[in-house]
Amino acid sequence: MTEKYRKVAYYPGCALEGTGHAYNRSTKEVGKALGLDLVELKNWNCCGAMEVKNIDPKLQTYLSARNLSIAEEMGFDVVMAPCNGCYHNLKKAEYDLAHDGESREVVGRLSQKAGHETYEAGKVETIHALDWIKEAIGEEGLKARVKNSLQGLKIANYYGCMYTRPRHIFPEKDKGPGSESTSKPHFMDDLLAAAGAECVEYPLKTACCGGAHTLSDSDTSTKLVLNLLTTAEACGADVIATECPTCHTGLEMHQVRAEKVFGRKTKVKILYFTQLLGMALGLSARRVGVAENLSDSSDLLRARGLG
Amino acid sequence: MTPLTPSTERGRILARLGQLIEMPADDLAAGAPLLAEELLALGEAILEDWLHAHGATPTDGGVEGFRLLALHRQGARGEPSFNACRETCRELVYYRNLIRLEPTHEDLARRVRLAAMVAHHLALFVGGKLEVAGLGTFCCSSRALRQQDTAATDMNA
Repeated sequence: MTEKYRKVAYYPGCALEGTGHAYNRSTKEVGKALGLDLVELKNWNCCGAMEVKNIDPKLQTYLSARNLSIAEEMGFDVVMAPCNGCYHNLKKAEYDLAHDGESREVVGRLSQKAGHETYEAGKVETIHALDWIKEAIGEEGLKARVKNSLQGLKIANYYGCMYTRPRHIFPEKDKGPGSESTSKPHFMDDLLAAAGAECVEYPLKTACCGGAHTLSDSDTSTKLVLNLLTTAEACGADVIATECPTCHTGLEMHQVRAEKVFGRKTKVKILYFTQLLGMALGLSARRVGVAENLSDSSDLLRARGLG
Repeated sequence: MTPLTPSTERGRILARLGQLIEMPADDLAAGAPLLAEELLALGEAILEDWLHAHGATPTDGGVEGFRLLALHRQGARGEPSFNACRETCRELVYYRNLIRLEPTHEDLARRVRLAAMVAHHLALFVGGKLEVAGLGTFCCSSRALRQQDTAATDMNA
């Protein structure tokens, strides 16, 4: 267990205030139930997401660095970002500042102009919600706190593409036993298995969800998502667990669209891993925001005695 | 062999993958070793399609003993977003190995079907990237892909 992860700075990012609200709610509730503290960054800004990064990558580095600077100013050396996009961008900024002089120059100049301290690489560690629970509580700690086992629930864990890519910005991964793998990530599998679930082998756990195509070519996105859904069902899954608001929303929306446009109905339910953990810890479905999901899992959850 | 035009080739591959995904379990199990090799070849054809579309000559080399992985590495040169299908390629190799190494496994038919679904994902991903001109760098982006710096020479390097 890592004591320093028990109280961390929290960077929800824009998606968790919008379509990913259920992820925000369930992450906070799980933290409370586990006795972990999250302190939201004051006056945080967009991480630079994809829009800024594509136009001006150095500006994206600055935007993410500003959030890290706020965490440092608040006295934290760890910031937790549950959104894969935010997590990726903060890690990327950390990497760029450590390895690229031009990035340091731009961040220094913009920080001075904005009137705050310039963030320097190595001061704040960025972690994902999966790291947070895995390192602060661990599987054994989680098992001891489970009140409502997920036993009998078959879950395909879907990590999406940004949690592990590109590998060089995640130097802590691929360090052997106990560390996360970039080719076959398993932290979500470990946690949900500790909560009693049966995690099925799912060969598309890091495959593209079509997020890039959502607006420009919805049919391609729908086909990619449909393949993720049907593959999960072929693996025997009742539920796909997610840990990224973009993937989650994409899976939900395109599940509906696949039926509407292609006449292909799939039954697999889509839930954030924090919602599943929350219910295993005895929280109600309402408390972890299940009603906010587009994917209606109420029948399944009732049948399993969850929520 | 002269490559088929990308759209024709993609259509053929998608149709065949669709057949395999829907094939009865007994047929999948009966033909498993050959189907595993066919799926690997279809994966290679998908990546060849990507390379041809960029004016590159697909490599005949191998990475870790597999041409599929070498083609992926070639296809990702100068195009980091293409790494979003790296693990999909590796999963296809993994399932091919599982099928070949355990030809009497009780789960054989399901393994072949899953391999076909993995290959299907690869075909959809690469097809999507090819069809939507202007999809850009790492994942969800809108920057033009075909900027001058993603010239075919990068992939032939």
